[in-house]
Amino acid sequence: MLTDRNLRGTGSPNGPVPRLRLRLALAGWIDRQAKSLFLLPAVLLLVFLSIFPLILSVYLSLVRFQLVPGGFRFIFVGLANYRKLIVGIEREHFLGLLADPGPLIWALGGVIATVLLVFIIRGAARGTPAISGTAGRVVFALVAGTLAWLTIRTLTSGGRPGTLITTMIYVFVGITVQYWIGLTLAYLTSQRLPGRRFFRVIFLLPMMITPVAIAYTFRIIADLGKGPFAPAWRLLGLSEVSWVNYPWGARIVVMMGDIWQWTPFMFIVLLAALEAQPLELLEAAVVDGASRWQTFWRVTWPQILPVTSTLILIRMIEAFKIIDLPNVLTNGGPGTATESLTLHAFIAWRTLDIGGSAAVAYSLLFLVTFTALSYINLVHRRLAGAV
Amino acid sequence: MSRHLRMLLALLGAIVLLPAVSVPAASSRPYAGVTVNVLTFTGPQIAEPLQRRGPAFTRLTGAKINVVTVPFSDLYQKILTDMVTGTNSFHAFVFAPQWMVDYVTPGYLEDITNRVKADSKLRWNDISPFFRDFSASFAGRTYTIPLDGDFQMVYYRSDQLQRAGLRPPETWDDYLKVAQALHRKDLNGDGRPDFGSCIAKKRNAQSYWMVWSVAADFLQSRGTSQGSFFDLDNFKPLTNNEAFAEALRIYVETGKYGPPDELNWDVGDSRAGFTSGRCALSIDWGDIGTLAIDPKTSKVKNKVGAVILPGTRRVLDRATGKLVDCTSANCPYAMNGVNHAPFAAFGGWSGGINKAAPARVKDAAYAFLSYMSQPAQANVDVTIGITGFNPYRVSQFKNMSLWVKAGMSSGAAKNYLGAIEASLNSPNMVLDIRIPQNQKYQQVVLDTAIAKLLAKETNIQQAMKEITDGWEAITNELGRDKQLQAYRSTLGVKR
Repeated sequence: MLTDRNLRGTGSPNGPVPRLRLRLALAGWIDRQAKSLFLLPAVLLLVFLSIFPLILSVYLSLVRFQLVPGGFRFIFVGLANYRKLIVGIEREHFLGLLADPGPLIWALGGVIATVLLVFIIRGAARGTPAISGTAGRVVFALVAGTLAWLTIRTLTSGGRPGTLITTMIYVFVGITVQYWIGLTLAYLTSQRLPGRRFFRVIFLLPMMITPVAIAYTFRIIADLGKGPFAPAWRLLGLSEVSWVNYPWGARIVVMMGDIWQWTPFMFIVLLAALEAQPLELLEAAVVDGASRWQTFWRVTWPQILPVTSTLILIRMIEAFKIIDLPNVLTNGGPGTATESLTLHAFIAWRTLDIGGSAAVAYSLLFLVTFTALSYINLVHRRLAGAV
Repeated sequence: MSRHLRMLLALLGAIVLLPAVSVPAASSRPYAGVTVNVLTFTGPQIAEPLQRRGPAFTRLTGAKINVVTVPFSDLYQKILTDMVTGTNSFHAFVFAPQWMVDYVTPGYLEDITNRVKADSKLRWNDISPFFRDFSASFAGRTYTIPLDGDFQMVYYRSDQLQRAGLRPPETWDDYLKVAQALHRKDLNGDGRPDFGSCIAKKRNAQSYWMVWSVAADFLQSRGTSQGSFFDLDNFKPLTNNEAFAEALRIYVETGKYGPPDELNWDVGDSRAGFTSGRCALSIDWGDIGTLAIDPKTSKVKNKVGAVILPGTRRVLDRATGKLVDCTSANCPYAMNGVNHAPFAAFGGWSGGINKAAPARVKDAAYAFLSYMSQPAQANVDVTIGITGFNPYRVSQFKNMSLWVKAGMSSGAAKNYLGAIEASLNSPNMVLDIRIPQNQKYQQVVLDTAIAKLLAKETNIQQAMKEITDGWEAITNELGRDKQLQAYRSTLGVKR
């Protein structure tokens, strides 16, 4: 770099001569680009490994794979693969069987529509970034409303959930249960109870086990005629029952396996959060005469809210991709009851329906992006910014 | 000469003479240094004999046989993507001959017509004409070597039926009656109630043929060339009518007399269930017959009978879509007024060669597949249950001593072979479909719809609609005329 000392005696009273100014400017520019240059290899790698496949997948979701003499070719079919999923032959597989709306469903639908409408209007009235804010809220309301309407119509009697709704059930029910169990275990382990170091390790173990082993284990447990509890079930006369042969039984067993596997993740993060609380606040609360519940609700809970919010966001994005448990436990069965979106895409890909598989995968991408963005904007910003 | 020079000359001489000494050994191992990668399904059936006989083949020819296995649901696409992408990591495949259509059209399978003609050890003409035609040939050329012959049959516990005073089922109603009578009885003396009927019903496995074994006799009655899957004029699926509904009703009802987790039973489970004595009836290929004499696992040796697939006294009238009584006009091949339609399900595992493999490897691969099919090996393997290979050569049917030597009583052997031969010689035998993308019609649409029906997610009407709509969608995508032409040619229907 050229300093004042170097420049002394090189030019006019107005500063360095033009040629020197050019060299200075060039040197400065190279300095500024140095940062980007060092990052370039990593960025190129990232683009090649993630962005390029993403774009190629979009193309694949718009074609159909066909074998021809001499090899294969891709036939461009436009949005046909997506149309198949939403209104065509794969509709029942993807969305589910929609029950005819009775008065109860209309009533529920009305409630949801009202809530979303109020949400939009209040947001607009509050005057937060005017147009983009309201547009965002309208989009959210439309998508969330459609998903809620689908959920109601497929879960009531006469309907049957498809892979889209089944995946959402896995995510929302799974995360709720995982969080509360994780929090309970973390809270217990953070107390000065005997054996807490031992249990800290034990509670972490499920996360270390391969999902295939978990799937087989829960499958054996769920088959009441086999497995370690079989003699007990036989005594009760239930040995001829197999959970995984009923759609909801199978879904529950998959969720149980998923919860068992991922609660440790919630547990360990929440434990760290609980132990990071400043002791003075807790002691002050005790001194002020707060009960245990009040201490938790008024002091601990607000402090772990930011961590909770982030934890749920991370886990939620991951949970949408569940495939190993439903695949190994029941092969997506009985029928297609436990198929998640990723498993649906995998089975389609395996039958060389490449376009259909890419379309399902992209639908999952839209769903996850929508859910994550909505969560960040509506929940995370508020909770993480609370402290 | 100095001592060192003499030693050097002796060493040089040894080096020169050594190859001359080893040459005679090399010529008797023509494929020394060649490795053949063979892809098939996990099994243990099918993979077992390939793995067991590999070392013997290596000793004979020098070629190393490397057997790679994948789950059955992955096999079709693993073979196809290996060839389509040009990866060509596999040189030979043992697969379902139905899929040959999709592999030959793009030109991926080696045409072995001339090799087979020049191969006297293979005893090509000993192979039953049906398997030579259906499992090995396409458009007049030969592409695979049959290793196995496939017919589905019903197996029954001869001792239990005798004790209960029942006869082997002749119709599907008989099947249900027998299953009901023996359900929850103790069939193997262990004190626990057992099952009337065990059928492999697992999704993404090999179950989608069992349902067609029940349905075929309702749908086809005028001989093999009538076909049982599609209408011969407009290629509409025959899956949305009274006859198919009745077949599905029967198939669903067999579940009432089966194990509680039958929906998760693959063929391995149903076979094990039957040979361990827990089932009175089952539907299977020839495997249960030979597994029943396996001394290590069978508790039902010589207590097993096999019978041609049960039939029906009412068949489909294709013009009206209704079930009508069998008469000599619409059921010309009925026996005792019952229309039987033995189903040549699957066709029989066959070995094919990847056209893109190096020439020497292709030779070695052909030699191995031929070796596996030659009577010296094949006639032993078809008597061993765990191989998954069932009889397909005339010599295997005629030579009773093979079976008696393997452990079957001559009565059981006559009964078992008689059932297969009756199926093979039936003029109303049902051919499996061999049209392009048959895997999608059966393994995807049919399998999924039946799985959902059995899981009570849909009812029979919904299932029939799902199969019909799914098949029509594939047909429309691929071209109805093209599919119809292909279907007719596989049935030998010239119009």
